Formats: sequence, structure tokens, C-alpha cells
Amino acid sequence: MSKIRVSTTVNGDAAEFLCESGSSLLDVLRDTMGLTGSKEGCGSGDCGACTVVLDGEMVCSCLVLAPEAEGRTIATIEGVAEGSVLHPVQQKFLEHAALQCGFCTPGFIVAAKALLDRNPNPTETEVRYWLAGNLCRCTGYDKIVRAVLDAAAELRQERTPA
Amino acid sequence: MNAPEQMKQFRHVGTRPVRPDGVDKVTGRALYSPDFKAPGMLWGAILRSPHPHARIIAIDTRQAEALAGVKAVATGRDLPTLESLVMHVGEGASDIVDVSHNCLALDKVLYEGHAVAAVAATSPEIAREALALIEVEYEELPFVLGVEEALAEGAPILHDNVFTKGVDPKPDKPSNAAMRVEMGGGDVEGALASAAATVTGRYSLEPVHQGYIEPHACVASWNGDGQAQIWTSSQGHFSVRALTASVLAMPQADIRVTPLEIGGGFGGKTTIYLEPVAMVLSKKSGRPVRLAMTREEVFRATGPAPGAVIDVRLGAAADGTLVAADVEFLYHSGAYTANDAGAGVSSAIGHYRIANTRVVGVEVLCNRPAAKAYRAPGAPQVNFAVESAMDELAGKLGIDPLELRLKNAVVEGDPQTTGLPWGRIGYVECLEAAKAHPHWSAPLGPNQGRGIAGGYWGNYGGPSTVNVSVAEDGTVTVATGSPDIGGSRASMAIMAAEVLDIPYERVRAVVADTASIGVSMVTGGSRTTFATGMATVQAAEEVKRILCERAARIWGVAADQVEWRSGEVTCLDGEKQGQVMSAAAIAGRSFHSGGPIAAVAALSAKGWLPGFGVHICDTEVDPETGHVKIVRYTAIQDVGIAIHPDYVEGQIQGGAAQGIGWALNEAYIYSKDGKLDNAGFLDYRMPVASDLPMIEAVLVEVPNPSHPYGVKGVGEVPIVPPLAAVANAIHAAAGVRLRDLPMAPDRVYAALHPEG
Ligand code: FES
Ligand code: FES
Repeated sequence: MSKIRVSTTVNGDAAEFLCESGSSLLDVLRDTMGLTGSKEGCGSGDCGACTVVLDGEMVCSCLVLAPEAEGRTIATIEGVAEGSVLHPVQQKFLEHAALQCGFCTPGFIVAAKALLDRNPNPTETEVRYWLAGNLCRCTGYDKIVRAVLDAAAELRQERTPA
Repeated sequence: MNAPEQMKQFRHVGTRPVRPDGVDKVTGRALYSPDFKAPGMLWGAILRSPHPHARIIAIDTRQAEALAGVKAVATGRDLPTLESLVMHVGEGASDIVDVSHNCLALDKVLYEGHAVAAVAATSPEIAREALALIEVEYEELPFVLGVEEALAEGAPILHDNVFTKGVDPKPDKPSNAAMRVEMGGGDVEGALASAAATVTGRYSLEPVHQGYIEPHACVASWNGDGQAQIWTSSQGHFSVRALTASVLAMPQADIRVTPLEIGGGFGGKTTIYLEPVAMVLSKKSGRPVRLAMTREEVFRATGPAPGAVIDVRLGAAADGTLVAADVEFLYHSGAYTANDAGAGVSSAIGHYRIANTRVVGVEVLCNRPAAKAYRAPGAPQVNFAVESAMDELAGKLGIDPLELRLKNAVVEGDPQTTGLPWGRIGYVECLEAAKAHPHWSAPLGPNQGRGIAGGYWGNYGGPSTVNVSVAEDGTVTVATGSPDIGGSRASMAIMAAEVLDIPYERVRAVVADTASIGVSMVTGGSRTTFATGMATVQAAEEVKRILCERAARIWGVAADQVEWRSGEVTCLDGEKQGQVMSAAAIAGRSFHSGGPIAAVAALSAKGWLPGFGVHICDTEVDPETGHVKIVRYTAIQDVGIAIHPDYVEGQIQGGAAQGIGWALNEAYIYSKDGKLDNAGFLDYRMPVASDLPMIEAVLVEVPNPSHPYGVKGVGEVPIVPPLAAVANAIHAAAGVRLRDLPMAPDRVYAALHPEG
């Protein structure tokens, strides 16, 4: 079976790949493009470890067929920091010890950034419901939620200097 | 050495620096098991049994082998025949024959999902295609899933060579009761008969999965010269090496296991499933081979925590003094003898002073995946029953449930269930902290109730090796053999920095492979900060001694004329008095003054102490639906001394969340034909962020006098009390006593509406 050629933009750079018609975007990111920051916890849309942003929408990349990425823009965990400067969500995850094993962390960070991009001032409940598609088995979510709320506060300060 | 009493002088211990592996993990750069690739690697896949119990009559692999792109096929016949040998690696003991047969079944499959054959091919698609071409002829056998059914007369017997261990005389018939453990003493029946109040109850729990988000995966590469490499994540790469070498009957030193980052284990990654199979496929194909499980395979084929049926009777005098406890439980072993009954027996009632006790635990074989350690393995199940019974007893006696626990709580010197005296434990301190906590007296809303439960876990010490070395610029590397699952690199760096009195950033901690550091036991049993920490302190102390000795030599003064102060050596000798020499200055000259500066500590840590915890839980029970909401949760724990409090709190919060999941939602569900019905995260419902409130972790510090910094293990304790804390809170909120987990809405609803 011949492979399908797909042209996309990944983390701001043009990227082309060949894939099977049934490949998931996650498989292509991880196995073809070497972007293993997005994780596969389930492959069925239930854990959020594979979360990426596709044309501005948060998606589980394990549920997206790779050919669907044609002409679209993909943002993964590898593009969240600007060079070696961490995004405030990443920085706050470190400061709050919001990761233990860290396997869920890329998915949480991509999802949390997507939340703060559209809602700079979420309540704790809004954070909890937004992140309800991301499983973490280690932390009990307490420090993750605190990190996201703290990142939001920091981002707001940057936007509206006191 | 810093004695715990001097804790106020700590410079680093008790601080919360960013972990050294943090940036890698928030940027997606950290390499976990499924991320690793080797050049020329093949993709493996495993064929699994569709039957819960069957004899393998024949396996025909010819068509699979003939498929283009397939480079190797393996079955149980490709593993060497082994003599029974019980190995104490990982967490608990396992017979190497069972480990081998669990990796690839030989004559029988014992559960749905049991591995039967494996292939390696040039792509994952071809590997999967090849699996479909393997023909296995099975003779289906009757199967058994429940512990009581498995012990019934005429039940299908899983292993005809298993005779119940722990009973005298040795039985003459094989049995599914793999092991019986009993402890206790006194006159239980007499004490119960004369008790002012007694409670009796039967409790049940389903098996639950550890639920780590990273599925198992590995890459193995076995060269023609007999030397091999394995890249995998696990809780202990030395255990992976020992078990894999034993299954393959090869020398351990011929396997080098490189630990990749581990995406959670909770006890479930203390054994092996894939490594010997990947090794065989690599040997046959002459190429590196990756094997990786899907989530479904993780559920069907890796170790859940055992389910249980537990009978409890407690008796107390009118003033609340406990006089008798009788506890008897059956734990699911699954396909092979598991290790939970012993720990269940020793942790059932040891937190109370009771004169007359009888605790019996039985490991029961049944056609489910082999049970494996899950955070405080064996303790939460029986604690759920005992702490629920304590709540009920408090109600009968009209005594506050916290006061009843305080009245009977063990203190240092009291006997454990084993008869040995307790050391410097902190149960009473935790109960007092609970009583004083504002949560305990906060007002409750409508349909809300508050529950409390206490519990403990024995923790462990054991073997660890650590190498502390000083670079030419005076910076320090700490290499351990302990995988970092939740921040242990940070705590090792803190302890080394504390000993050397240098900035945390000048110490880098790494996890070394099996060829680069000495043997270290698994990161499990809540042992790493304690035991590997002890080795880190010891090696750092030795490095400090060497640095002092070198400085004395360079100055030409006697060794006792120098002193380590603020990360430098100070000269006390008359002429050079007050001169200082930094680690960098000493290490920079080390090639000409005695050689590189490094020290290894290889020890088997003793003097560990158990951790005790008390959890307070508020629930709100919806009378319309039976849904239970956790509205407030406080987990109080004696942690010895917290080296890095953030990660200690994280352990407590994570353990509590897992316990809440176990209490309310999680359970293996089987169909009538013995197949797991909920082998995915959609139907196996673990708590998500919107299910939980903030979990307040309260650290009580009762230092361990046997550890240089007072450490007690912290990771496992917090999953012990939540099951009963939630059940007791539901009782307080709705007046119904639920004795069967999970307390899912349908069960709660049924309890609320007994008329149906
Ligand atoms: S891997 Fe995509 S949601 Fe779990
Ligand atoms: S930190 Fe381990 S799963 Fe979230």
C-alpha cells in the first residue's frame, strides 16, 4: 500500500511526512518525526497524555488520523518553551512540584496552556474541569491545579503591569 | 553526623528546590520506556490467550514466520526449562518458573491475556499481521475467578504442584489456597464473649490496577557474543537484570540494563513481563527488538492488586478499650502465588493495643492476571475492613471515633502483631494532629458527613549502592541505582549538599545503569529516600573525609589539624591557621595528590520504621443518585523528617487520590466467560481532576533515630486509610454502612433505598 504524503506546520516549522492512511497523528509525531514528548497512555482518547493543539484546538493526537493534519498547524509540548525560556506553565509546574513521574506532564502542560490562552483568569473549578480529560496517577492533581492557577496569575501580571 | 535532634540547623533538608530532572520533564525531552529506539530495531508484538484457562495443545507459527518482514517468532518453548527457585527480588518473593511462564505460557494459559507467542518484524503493522497468522490449538478448561469459589470443593485447580504453604502437616492434595499466614495470641473467643460491645462484618473488594500512565515497554539487544543490553523503565533495573538473567539462565553481568525514565509504577513495575521475550526475539533475529504494551494489554496482563473477602470481629470494654480482634481474609493471588497475605496479616490490627488477636490471611489462586504489588501491598484491603469496624464500634459504644482510636493507639514499646516491640512511631502524634486540625471541627453542609481512618505501612530498608564523586572544579555527582519515580534525584542531591554544606546546584544526581553502579533494590517499599539516602549520606561523608585528608596533605599538617566548615577545609594548625581550601582547589590538584576523589557506599540499610497516617474525609451523598462527592480531604502522616516536603506532600496526595479511586470507582469487571470487560481508562474509571478537591497533606515529623536525617518511608502509607475514611464518611453522611467496594452510585443508591 502506498503511503500518503502530508504537509503540515509543526511548532512553527514546515514539516512533511509520509504515513499510512490509518496512522494516528500521535504515531507520526512520535515515530516518524521523533517528537516523543507527546505520550501514549491509552491510544483511545481517555488519558490526555498525547494532547496537542491542532489549528488552535486542543485534541488527543491519538484520535486524529495523520492524513487529517494536511495543511494544518500543530503545536506540541516541544514548542511550548521559547528556546530555552520556559513558558510560565512549565515554570510553575517545576516550582510547585506538579509532577512526580512526569509522564502525564506534557499533556497537562499543553492542555493548561490552551486553557490560559483562552481564559486568563480561570477558577479552580474551571481548571479542574478543563483538565478532566488528562489523567495523572501520581499527584492527586492538587499541585497541578495550584501550578496552573499560579501560572495564570503570573501571565495576567505580565499582561497588565500593576 | 547530623543527628535528627539538630534538625533546626539543616541548611538543605526540608527545603523545596526544583528537581534536577525537571526541565527535561516539562519540555518533553525526558526519555521514557516507549520513547527509546535503537538503530536497526524491530517491532515486536505479543499474542495473548482469549481464554481464562486452557491447555495449549499446539502452536503453529509457520505462516507467521513466512510473512515478509517477520524476523523472529517465539513461544514458551524458546525459554529454557528451569528448576523452581524462589527469588527475593523486586517487591516480595517470586518463583522464577512462575515468572518465566507468565512472560510466555508453556503448557497452560491461566488467564485471559496470558502471553502465548511473540513476533518481531520490520514494522508494527507487520508484527500485528503476523500475530493473526499464528494458530494456537487450545483445550478449554473450567475456570474460576472468585476467591471463595476457588476454594470450594471441586473447583478447577490452577497448579497441580501447589500445596498450601503455612499449614502443618503439608496437605496431600494440591489446592488453590497457595499460602496461609496466621498471627496472634490470647483467648479471642473468650474476650469477645465477655466484651461490652462487639461488631462483626464481612467486607469485599475487587482487584484494582496500579494505573500508571506509562504502559510497559522495552528494547532488548542480544549480541552473538552472548552480551546483551536492555533499555527499559522499571522500579528497579537490577531486579530486571536478575529476573531476566534467571529466566534466560544466563550470567547477570552479561546483561546491561539501562534505566529509562519511568512513568509511574506504584509496585506494578517491580517485576518483568516483556524483557525475556524481547531478548529471545533479539537473539533469534540478530537485531534489537522493541516490545511495548497497549493500555488494553496492561489491564489484561499485568498485576492488579488483589481483591479480597474479609471477615472482621472486634470487641471492646465499655470504656472503649479494645479486648479482641479476629480477622480472616482471602486475597486474590491471580494466576501465581502472590505476596500480599503476609503483609496484610502484619498490618491488619498492629496499630492498636489488643490483648487477644487472631489474624489469618490466605493467598488464593484464580484465573486472573497474577497479582502484583500495589502501594502498601496487602494493607489497604484489610485496613478498609478493620477501620470500618472501628467506626461501627465507636458508634455502638457512643465514643467519638477519633477518641476510640487514640485510646487504643500503639506507642513506642507496644508489641506489634509479630510480637516485636514498635520503635519510634508516630500514630498518636497523627491522631492528635487530626484532633487539632480545623477540618475535624469544621461545620458540615446538608447530606454531608465526616469520616476518619488510621493506618500504617511497615516500610523497608535494604540494599543500595551510591557513588559520590567530585569533579576537578569541585562540583559533585551522586550516582545511585535507584530509579527516580517521584523526585528522588532531588532528595539525594539535598542530602549530599547537606553533608558537604555546599549549594544544592553544585550537586547533580543521576540514576546509573547496572554496569555503572552496584546492586540496588527496587524503588519500592518506601525505601529509596531512607536506604539510598543513607548510602548517599555515607558516601558523601567519606568524600568529605577524603577532601580533608588531601587538604592536610597539601598543607603538610596532621589530618586532625583540618576541619570541614561551610563546604571548605579550614586549617587549624598554628602556622597556617585560618587558611581555607575549597573542594575545587583540592579536586583540581587531585591528580598529583592522591588521585580522583570519589567514594562508594554499598549497604543494606537497617533501622527503617513504619509510617502512620490518619485521614479525614468529608463526603456529600446525593440521595437522588447515590453519587458520592469528596468535598474536603485532609491526610496527616508521620514522615520522620521530610527531605523535600513538596515531594512528600505529593506522595501523600497521590496515594490518597488512588485510595479514593479504589473506594468509589475502580474495579475489575469480568464477563461470565471469564474475560475482563473494562480493559481501558474509559470503563476503568480512575479519579480525574474534577472528581477531587484539594488534598491537604499535613506532615507530622517524628524523626527516625536510625537515619542520619530522620527519614521514614512515606510513599505507601497514604493509600492505606482512604478506603475506610471514605466509607466512614458515607456512613456519617447517609447513615448507611457499605462493606463492598467500590462504593459506586448504584451500590450507594441501593443501600439508601433498600426497599428497591
Ligand atoms: S494516548 Fe491519546 S488520550 Fe491517551
Ligand atoms: S506525574 Fe505521574 S502520571 Fe502524572
